[in-house]
Amino acid sequence: MKHVLESVESQFEMFQILNEDGKIVNKEDLPDLSDEELKELMKRMVYTRILDQRSIALNRQGRLGFYAPTAGQEASQLGSHFALEKEDFILPGYRDVPQLIWHGLPLYQAFLFSRGHFHGNQMPEGVHALSPQIIIGAQYVQAAGVGLGMKMRGKKAVAITYTGDGGTSQGDFYEGINFAGAYGANCIFVVQNNGFAISVPRDKQTAAKTLAQKAVAAGIEGIQVDGMDVLAVYAATKHARERAINGEGPMLLELMTYRYGPHTMAGDDPTRYRTSEMDSEWEKKDPLVRFRKYLEGKKLWSEEEENKVIEEAKEDIKNAIKEADKYPKQKVTDLMSNMFETLPGNLQEQMEEYKAKESK
Amino acid sequence: MAQMTMIQAITDAMRTELKNDENVLVFGEDVGQNGGVFRATEGLQKEFGEDRVFDTPLAESGIGGLAIGLGLQGYRPVPEIQFFGFVYEVMDSISGQMARMRYRSGGTHTSPITVRSPFGGGVHTPELHADSLEGLIAQQPGVKVVIPSTPYDAKGLLIASIRDNDPVVFLEHMKLYRSFRGEVPEEEYTIELGKADVKREGKDVTIVTYGAMVHASLKAAEELEKDGVSVEVIDLRTVSPIDTETILESVKKTNRVVVVQEAQRQAGIASHVISEIQERAILHLEAPILRVAAPDTVYAFSEAEEVWLPNHKDIVEKVNSVMNF
Repeated sequence: MKHVLESVESQFEMFQILNEDGKIVNKEDLPDLSDEELKELMKRMVYTRILDQRSIALNRQGRLGFYAPTAGQEASQLGSHFALEKEDFILPGYRDVPQLIWHGLPLYQAFLFSRGHFHGNQMPEGVHALSPQIIIGAQYVQAAGVGLGMKMRGKKAVAITYTGDGGTSQGDFYEGINFAGAYGANCIFVVQNNGFAISVPRDKQTAAKTLAQKAVAAGIEGIQVDGMDVLAVYAATKHARERAINGEGPMLLELMTYRYGPHTMAGDDPTRYRTSEMDSEWEKKDPLVRFRKYLEGKKLWSEEEENKVIEEAKEDIKNAIKEADKYPKQKVTDLMSNMFETLPGNLQEQMEEYKAKESK
Repeated sequence: MAQMTMIQAITDAMRTELKNDENVLVFGEDVGQNGGVFRATEGLQKEFGEDRVFDTPLAESGIGGLAIGLGLQGYRPVPEIQFFGFVYEVMDSISGQMARMRYRSGGTHTSPITVRSPFGGGVHTPELHADSLEGLIAQQPGVKVVIPSTPYDAKGLLIASIRDNDPVVFLEHMKLYRSFRGEVPEEEYTIELGKADVKREGKDVTIVTYGAMVHASLKAAEELEKDGVSVEVIDLRTVSPIDTETILESVKKTNRVVVVQEAQRQAGIASHVISEIQERAILHLEAPILRVAAPDTVYAFSEAEEVWLPNHKDIVEKVNSVMNF
């Protein structure tokens, strides 16, 4: 009997370009990014870290609702997004609001999503994305359909979707990558492995040594990437995108990352399942720290520039919250009119009832 | 006019829409080269190509997700779930996702999807093929549920469902697929969703029903006529939303109602019909509204279908109870 596990696992070594000290360890795969693009990438990561800090604070003040912290995942979320084009379609999970913002969703709408207002989910014209998916795995089967649609339309575009390590245990995760594989659909499937699904550690999800190797079950390419290394994430996503638009089919990316905060702001307490040693070990891998070192080494980044971004972010956030505050409150009649193109009889009747109530 | 079985009318409706709208896509398990396990998609792949009519991997949830994604790319998907007993695998895609797409996106995205699926008893299928699960989907806001009982209705309702810009679950009763032929116009036509049809006019009692029970009710009505009871039979055609107007009009005339469904008493949509009537027309009622429904057990083992499924005799009995109240 031949045993294959070891030889399978050996196919999924972690892809890295920048080490923890901000040194290039893999010149061959270094992506071709201009100085301006490198700075823009850093800017987005810093901005998003501030957005996370402010969002947590605003949530605690009761000025935001549902919020899933993102600190630690900047390289994974923004490095992958940076490799996309405007025509690409994003199917985010609930933690993937930053990708939507950088794809064109106005900040005040992201805040309205958090609060629970339908306007937060109204993608502006030309922003190709769905609002964050709450049902873990559903975005994967839907992405297969979007990617197949793009392929059939002959578009040079991809559907990209994100889930977490826990999400890889869902049936829809497997069905999504398998359908996309069977049709050779234009898809990029991203698994942001941050080690925990709420309190359940990654090794309780599966005996598989990597999550990337789950691609084998669909017969598609898979790669494990250092998700704290923005250059590696960018390079891997860019590669997956090129393959997809050239008709070479979907790819599964496992990004090894970490969330410094709790699972969500709805009362999760990470000290119940994480040690402070673990936190500090991952803080050494902070994507901002290592990319900052790299850019400073190239004389492309300074404290001043960083402070400018921080101020800009704070200002934007303040204005966005104000704009969200000003947005009209929802009425039941609004909710009704978003149900169908043409209201059926039962809703027409209820519409009249609520119109009368609302006009009182 | 042509004489068609219901399955031929269904194929004809899909052919019409595949021809009319290049965004219409038909897909599911074995619907391509094989032409479907019931031949509902017979010849369609040959006529329209593999890009329009295609097979999928065997995974209902994946099929639902595929439909949603294709809908987001401007297609008009007509996926098939081989038997509606398998809907549990795709409940999230239908009730959790496509039904909510327009609402959750504030109208910026839609799911113009028609999920076709066979169901219904009387043909000795194995487990979880015949179950009547329309009640589950009828409870979900954002999706319409259509159940035709004749070839004519099937074609017009399916074309209307495919053209609807919101999701529709279109349930096809297996026993009605080939049990009789009916007049079906060869040209295209639509039947408005949400509109019931009076299949037989009467003045003593109203039967509100759908699916295979329409025919059982018509048979019961014939027998009852011999005893001097004039029965009006309303075929709901769309079970969500229901056409309360047509029902009320009839109830106000007959003052007596029996609601007939093949689903178990605790399932289906009969209790919803009764609630609507009692809220809106209680003063018109001469007797309580009674239900004909299957027993509240799991769907029968196939040899027990005859004793388990509601039939015209059960309907005659209930109508007599209402008449003699």
